[in-house]
Parts: sequence; structure tokens; C-alpha cells
Amino acid sequence: MNWLIEFFSDPANWSGSSGIPVRLLEHLEFTLAALLPAALIAIPLGLLIGHTGRGALIVVVSANLARALPTLGLLVLIVLLLGTATVLPVLIPLVVLAIPPILVNTYEGIRGVDHDLRDAAYGMGLRGPQVLVRVLVPVALPLILLGLRLAAIQVVATATVASYVSLGGLGRYIIDGLATKDYPSVVGGSVLVGGFALAMQGLFALADRLLVSPGVSRRVRTAKIR
Amino acid sequence: MIRFDGVTKRYADGTVAVDHLDLEVPTGEITVLVGPSGCGKTTSLRMINRMIDPSEGRIMLDDVDVRTIDPPTLRRGIGYVIQQAGLFPHRTILDNIATVPYLLGWDRKRARSTALELLERVGLAPEMARRYPFQLSGGQQQRVGVARALAADPPVLLMDEPFSAVDPVVRASLQDELIRLQAELHKTIVFVTHDIDEAIKLGDRVAVLRVGGKLAQVADPATLLAAPADGFVREFLGRDRGIRRLSFVADTGLRLRSDLVVPVTSDLSRVAGVAADVESPWLAVVDEDNRPLGWVAPADLPRAGTLRDVRPLPYGTFVRGKDSLRTALDAALLSPSGCAIAVNGDGRVIGVATRESLDEALALAASEAPEPHDAPVREDADG
Ligand SMILES: Nc1ncnc2c1ncn2[C@@H]1O[C@H](COP(=O)(O)OP(=O)(O)OP(=O)(O)O)[C@@H](O)[C@H]1O
Ligand SMILES: [Mg+2]
Repeated sequence: MNWLIEFFSDPANWSGSSGIPVRLLEHLEFTLAALLPAALIAIPLGLLIGHTGRGALIVVVSANLARALPTLGLLVLIVLLLGTATVLPVLIPLVVLAIPPILVNTYEGIRGVDHDLRDAAYGMGLRGPQVLVRVLVPVALPLILLGLRLAAIQVVATATVASYVSLGGLGRYIIDGLATKDYPSVVGGSVLVGGFALAMQGLFALADRLLVSPGVSRRVRTAKIR
Repeated sequence: MIRFDGVTKRYADGTVAVDHLDLEVPTGEITVLVGPSGCGKTTSLRMINRMIDPSEGRIMLDDVDVRTIDPPTLRRGIGYVIQQAGLFPHRTILDNIATVPYLLGWDRKRARSTALELLERVGLAPEMARRYPFQLSGGQQQRVGVARALAADPPVLLMDEPFSAVDPVVRASLQDELIRLQAELHKTIVFVTHDIDEAIKLGDRVAVLRVGGKLAQVADPATLLAAPADGFVREFLGRDRGIRRLSFVADTGLRLRSDLVVPVTSDLSRVAGVAADVESPWLAVVDEDNRPLGWVAPADLPRAGTLRDVRPLPYGTFVRGKDSLRTALDAALLSPSGCAIAVNGDGRVIGVATRESLDEALALAASEAPEPHDAPVREDADG
């Protein structure tokens, strides 16, 4: 507890290139830098495969790969190969890490939509892309968001370790602290990472509320009796 | 009119779901496809809106081969109702109903006001408009399904077992609702069911299919009940088809007697005399408004006071000129007198159908029944 107070009350920790605001921003930056491309690849792919039913093998392989892949090893390997001069080497494994949960959940979400519902949509005269965009995506949205959330959790956790190889971010407090036996820094950094992860969760909970139709989440927005 | 021209559907695994179907679905009528599970009803229906394409033959919609029309365009002009309603869970009831109008590019306001009208038309309260499907009962969802199919006012409606997932009471009310709607809208409806009673209740024409996708018989319900084409159809119609056929015999053949009706103000001292005059052990009592109160047997009554002082026995009525012979018979069976009280549209008594007149009408109905086709129909006979 004392360490915590010591860490957070030290004015040196609040300014400069290794201050908390900067580190926080860095962390946010490469979390997004990893999530965004992953989402841009995995969501359309998941939608396409889920909707057409073709290429399901990609999803299976990706899911298994995610389980087998030693992300940290990959990270170190890429850094060794490409050096740490740029951010890219660290981002690649993070992106690769984030793709499977998004892809698998998007795919499952679309596949899992009730057959009768799909049938009714076509029967009403919606075209294929309209069925996807107007019916399947809104209904599968909770799962798509879940995929993003899972990916975010993993990226945040791994990005902390990524500080080890090159990047800044909140992980630095832990890694540098460990190296110099600066325990207040280690504990403070851990708390910050924890808080960051929690804030991320909060963000997704909010997205769930705002984006998912109450008809799908079964939250009743309009009062029954008015 | 929809016409099936030698339509065959063979699925990829070789299953022949529909076999050389020739069938005409007249404009403005309800044609019911009925038959045991797996006989190809759904397949036949879905070939009309090209959810399935036939392997052979063609389907003409107002003399246009449906195969020449792009499926989404075709479907927007054909209402489609399925068993599980298939409502979009993420949309409000109002937006669900407005699905096809939106697709057709109507402006939002017009689409929504049309949807609201339809909501009421299918018997739902306007408050439902803002709800989501999960907030509705199965029966209500089914009504929304019907409203959605009607939203763009398509001339043709396809309904695949739309009422089979709800309980019998709700089903009956949905059926009545459909009959009422159809009386206003005159759509060309193809209705699929495996329930022969539903088929007979709803159908202007009923097409009976047998497993293997062959048409066994197509006829109006009365003819179907009176003259099943073969053993399969007869069996499918079930045991009491003689009685059920009476539903299609008008009550106008019934002779009515008005001399068996006495007002409730009559003195009991005179009632026995009336009964003797009309030679009937039973008299029907009516109130000052000429509405039925019940039956009395004057022989069992005291001699003092008026009919007000006695409690009349149970009775049944039928509406003259509207109800069937079956309803009249049912009304007779509900009374100890064995006679049925005939009322007009306002519920006022216009006479009594005695056992003798019911007997005559039944005998007449029986004599008018076409000869049953008892000779077995060969399997390969077409229709
Ligand atoms: N996609 C398909 N592939 C192969 N066979 C099929 C397919 N769809 C239906 N069938 C078969 O075709 C036959 C007719 O099916 P269909 O669904 O038209 O029957 P149905 O009369 O609607 O039955 P039910 O009353 O059970 O709904 C059945 O034997 C069914 O197993
Ligand atoms: Mg079916």
C-alpha cells in the first residue's frame, strides 16, 4: 500500500516521457494499433465466411493456431529478426494474436443466426448483402463485440509484456521496476495495467448497450405501460 | 392465377419431393395444400416465390414464368408467412411490418403509417408497435408475421403452416381472423397445413398431396368430404367426414315451424292447450323481445301462473340462412326437445326446426352426396 502511495505521489511519475499520462497514451495507442487492423481483417472475413459458408476451414485453422501460437516467442523472434527500430515488429504479433478471437466469434455469430430468420429475410425479398447487413449483423452483434473484447483483453495483456522488447507503455513500469528492484514502480505499473484493462471492459460494455438492439439483448428500453 | 405445369422437384440426394404437379390456384381464393408430413407441401409452396427452383416444369404467375423474374423482385411482390413467424428480433414490431415497404423504397412515414394500419387490421393494439418480437406471445408474433406479409399489399400470399405452432384456442382465432381478412382483401392465398380440419375450414379449394409429391385430389371442401377420390384421401379425411360435410350444407332446406313458439307472458292454464293444438310435447319460450329463453314441456307444468314462473330447459339456436345444417343439428342436440331454434341475424326467434324437418334435411343432404369412388384409384393416375 505504501508503495502504491509512493508511486502515485511521486511528481516525477506524472511528467516527462516516462510519466503516467504519456505511458498510458502509448499503451492505448498500440492497443488500438493492434486491434484496428485485426478487426479490419477479421470482421469482414468472418462475415463473408459465415454468410457464404465457404472457407470455414480458415476459421478452424485460425482458432487452432491461436491456441498453439507462442505469442511471446513470436514477438521475440520478430524483434530479433527485424530489430526494435520500428514499432511494426511488435505490432505484427499483436495483430496476429487479435485476429482469431474476432474471426471465430464473428463467424460463429453469423452462422448461429436462426435458420428460419435467414429464410424469412430472403423470403421477404432481401438480397444476399442486405440479409447480411440488415439482419445477420445486427443479430450477431453481441458475439462480434465479444470477439473484439476478447481480442482486446489479450492485446492489453500481451502489450504489457511487449514493453519488454521495445515499446513504451505501462509495461515499462513493471519491467524497468523489476530490473532496478523499484517495487513501488512494479506495483504501481500493475495497478495501472489492471485499471486500463478494466476501463477497456467498461468501454465494451458501453458499446454493447449502445450498439446492440434491445430486441436482441432483450433489454426493454420502452416502458411496457406508458 | 398461379399455375403449376408438370412441376417436379428432385433434390440433390435424389429425393423426389414433388412429382409432376399440375395445379391451378385461382385468383382471390384460398387454396390449401394438405397432406402428411414429407409429401412436398413446403417444397411446392417455395417454388412459387423461387425459394426453391423446380427441376422440371414451370410455375406461371399470371401467365409469366416465375423463372424469368429475379427472385428478390419476385418475392417483394408475394407475401410470405412461415411457421415460426421469423420476425427480425432487432427491429420493433412496426419496423418488422414495414420491411418490404422499406425495401421497395417507400418513404419512412408512409411505410410506418401503413404498418400501423396493418397492425390494427390483424387485431393487435397500436401500443405493440414499439415492442420487440420477444415481448410478444407466439400468437401475437404470428399476427405480426401476417401483417408483415401484407404490408406492401401483394396480390399473392404464401403461408406455410402459419398457425401450427400455437395452441388450439389461439389457432382457431387466427383462422377466423384470416377468414375475416380474406373477405376484405381477396388475396390469392396458397396455404400449407397438415391439419385437414384447418384445410377444410379455410380452403376455397383443397389440394390433397400424398407422400412422393403426387396430387391425390383437388376439390372444394364439400366435394372433398362427399366424394374422396380414393382410399388415401378418404383415410386422410378421417372418420367423421359425413358429419363434417354437413358444415357445407345450407340450412335453407330446413322447414321451420313458428306455431311451437310461445311468449313468456302466456298463462300456464293455456299453454297445455297450445301444445295439444300443435301436437308437440315441447314449446319454445321467447321473451317480449322475441329472443329465445328455452324449452318447456307443458305436460309437466303446474296449471297456475304464467311461463315466467317456470324455469325453461336448455336450448340451442342457429342463424337462419347463415349457419349450416351441421350447426342446426348441433343446436338440436343441445336441447332436451331435440329441436333447434332458428333465429335471424339479430338473434330473434323466427321458428323452430323439429326433428322431422331435420330428418328430411339430412335425408336430402345424403341423397345429394355424389357416389363415393369406391373403386381404388391407380397410383399412377394423375390427380
Ligand atoms: N433440401 C432438401 N434436400 C433433400 N431432401 C429434401 C430437402 N428438403 C426437403 N426434402 C425432402 O423432400 C420431401 C418433401 O419435403 P417438404 O418439406 O416439401 O415436405 P412437407 O410436405 O412440407 O412436410 P412437413 O409437413 O413435414 O413440413 C421430404 O421427403 C423431405 O425429406
Ligand atoms: Mg413443410
